[in-house]
Amino acid sequence: MSSPFSINGGACVAMVGKDCVAIACDLRLGLQALTVSNNFPKIFQYGDNVFLGLTGLATDLSTVSDLFRYKVNMYRLREERNIAPKTFANLPFICGFDSIGCIDFAADFIVSGTATDQLYGMCESLWEPNLAPEDLFETISQALMSAVDRDALSGWGAYVYIIEKDKVTKRLLKGRQD
Amino acid sequence: MDTLVARYSRPAYHENEDFSEEERQGLVDSVPSLSLKFAMPPVAHPSAWLRAATDDRSNPSCPIKIAHGTTTLAFRFQGGIIVATDSRATAGNWIASQTVKKVIEINSDLLGTMAGGAADCQYWLAWLGMQCRLHELRHKRRISVAAASKILANLVYQYKGMGLSMGTMCAGVTKEEGPALYYIDSDGTRLAGNLFCVGSGQTFAYGVLDAEYRYDLSVEDALELGSRSILAATHRDAYSGGFINLYHVKESGWEKHGFSDTNPIFWKTKLEKGEFSNVTSDLSERV
Repeated sequence: MSSPFSINGGACVAMVGKDCVAIACDLRLGLQALTVSNNFPKIFQYGDNVFLGLTGLATDLSTVSDLFRYKVNMYRLREERNIAPKTFANLPFICGFDSIGCIDFAADFIVSGTATDQLYGMCESLWEPNLAPEDLFETISQALMSAVDRDALSGWGAYVYIIEKDKVTKRLLKGRQD
Repeated sequence: MDTLVARYSRPAYHENEDFSEEERQGLVDSVPSLSLKFAMPPVAHPSAWLRAATDDRSNPSCPIKIAHGTTTLAFRFQGGIIVATDSRATAGNWIASQTVKKVIEINSDLLGTMAGGAADCQYWLAWLGMQCRLHELRHKRRISVAAASKILANLVYQYKGMGLSMGTMCAGVTKEEGPALYYIDSDGTRLAGNLFCVGSGQTFAYGVLDAEYRYDLSVEDALELGSRSILAATHRDAYSGGFINLYHVKESGWEKHGFSDTNPIFWKTKLEKGEFSNVTSDLSERV
């Protein structure tokens, strides 16, 4: 029996730039070797500029992302305001969680999924401080595409979000389909 | 050590018989030259030991990760034989290479394909090439595909149950046989047939190949079908991908028809022919 972390496959990466952050994911959903879907985004939006990227067992992604949506909605109704607008509008910020709740606050980048090793290698070499939005897009895209091309369980296209103070840009990357 | 070697250098059907030391030695000495003898790991059960050390399915942290995962196909048709393969090598989920040559040119008119353990296939098909050349020198004529495939089948049968991993096809065109195609695997199976797909992506390749295959295909259509079948397999099978390696075997020998990246071929197939409509190519077309 293989690990639940690598049954469905998938990769996710987030990076910090100058007055912006970026988050990107691949689009594959597999059952071990079989590619079931090539349109399975792993990034979920919870506010004007709050995004969550999830990788691992697909059933848990659905459960966790739905639970988050419920909690964020409840928060908004209770507080009568969007979740943490001040923090997220004024301070571009990324962090990572493992599956048992350990938080990883990072000043540079966060990676997760079956292509973790490859993503670390790419991010360590491509990322530099204070990248402008367009440069950050190029960097995160190259990092993700190169990483998933060396992972059998990730790839089949990607989504990239560039989050700036006043706008969010979403792009589709046409990756290798093998 | 010697007893282990002796034990495994006899055919499998002798395995449970009890022989004296002399008889055993005699058997070893009389083994024909086809049977190579390898040093065995100094453990009680070499095959069980090998499995424990290499089977990453039952033991993800196994110390030796063998390259697996492939799509290969070959089919007979009116104009000869088409042989096509992908080019990806994986070790676990890691893509070790995208440029593996899985078609092995045994000689100028015999081809072998590679699926399963890369080292096993490479080594034994190279060895088969040697045996074919020796046959040629001894008998002053080219070996038949039937005979060549049987040399390999007999060889792997001698090593049955000892961890060899290979699924291979031998394709060639000779005067006596015409186009001939054989499937041989490490279990010792040897089958003649019109059409075979081998490897983790075989089902996907069969899906396309069976739908469009006819014996009277033109050479051009046959090459296109071989390529399209591999493309389908590289798309759906995580462990297949990279480049499409295409060969056409005719009576005058084999002819290579390129080692082409799947990426441009995929997008051309999708955008120009409207196939692979499951793949998103535009943000706005998402449903």
